[in-house]
Amino acid sequence: MKKKIKKIKIKLNGKIKLISENIKMSDLIKRFKIPINKVAIELNREIIDKKNINKINIKKNDILEIVHFIGGG
Amino acid sequence: MEEVKLKKDKLIIANKKFSSRLIVGTGKYKNMSECAKAVKLSGAEIITVAVRRVNIFDKKKPLLMDYIDPKKITYLPNTAGCFNSEEALRTLRLARDIGGWNLVKLEVLGDKQNLFPDMIETLKSTEVLANEGFKIMVYCTDDPLMAKRLENSGASAIMPLAAPIGSGLGIQNKINIKIIRNQTKLPLIIDAGLGQASDAVIAMELGCDGVLVNTAIAKAKKPYEMALAFKNGVIAGRQSYLAGRIDRTLSGRPSSPFDGII
Repeated sequence: MKKKIKKIKIKLNGKIKLISENIKMSDLIKRFKIPINKVAIELNREIIDKKNINKINIKKNDILEIVHFIGGG
Repeated sequence: MEEVKLKKDKLIIANKKFSSRLIVGTGKYKNMSECAKAVKLSGAEIITVAVRRVNIFDKKKPLLMDYIDPKKITYLPNTAGCFNSEEALRTLRLARDIGGWNLVKLEVLGDKQNLFPDMIETLKSTEVLANEGFKIMVYCTDDPLMAKRLENSGASAIMPLAAPIGSGLGIQNKINIKIIRNQTKLPLIIDAGLGQASDAVIAMELGCDGVLVNTAIAKAKKPYEMALAFKNGVIAGRQSYLAGRIDRTLSGRPSSPFDGII
């Protein structure tokens, strides 16, 4: 029988998302096709070192902000 | 000879040299390609950019960096839309992490109607950012005392408004701009409120080191032509300033000699 993967709730760029438990930041970046060299990432109000994304586990209720540059004055 | 002289006339901000004295904003364009073409025509080497959430759910949305190469043009992250020091600091720390550069534009707004800068929050933010190693170009009111305080707090450039952001009213207080010019050796850049190329000429003739323009180009009926007009206006104003204007007199002075009149 296939084991059911448990889902956790996180907030990603202001929106609630359900993602699989035990996934790493790098998996999330891959899944959403984020161009890592063109963004900055904040996890629970702390800027994370992008070199460490494969070491960071996403936990329940984490708040993630992924930002980039857009046109502005 | 004169051309050689002007070639050596560089805008220096935080030890970085720029040939163009026009900085352009990248907001309010119809699309990214219009923005990129206007930037190119303006000759600007610095562009302001905003820091916003990535649209995770729409992958097709074009990215600014795909249109304007940050290796060729200096991106100046801006805190437009921040209304207190905390928001501005958070934004610029994130901006530094995106590109890895320290040169930023600080803009802390105080009122949504006129978009005037909140100078108390701006001053507070300047001190913190300078201590964190940022090179800060600071959007501010045209108050000479406040400009001095920003300078003493570690600002890398003073950027007083000409008039409210996006208003197109041109320089409203030439005297204050002149006073600030005379009191500071920091780069002085007019930021916000310009409407047409002649406003840039006036700013440069007052002795400013540069101007920052967004709306006047992006919202002109013909943005490409206006980008060129501002480019030429900044050059003309700078040349005029360096050339040194004649004294003003209240009486006429003939251009032709009276001697030898028949």
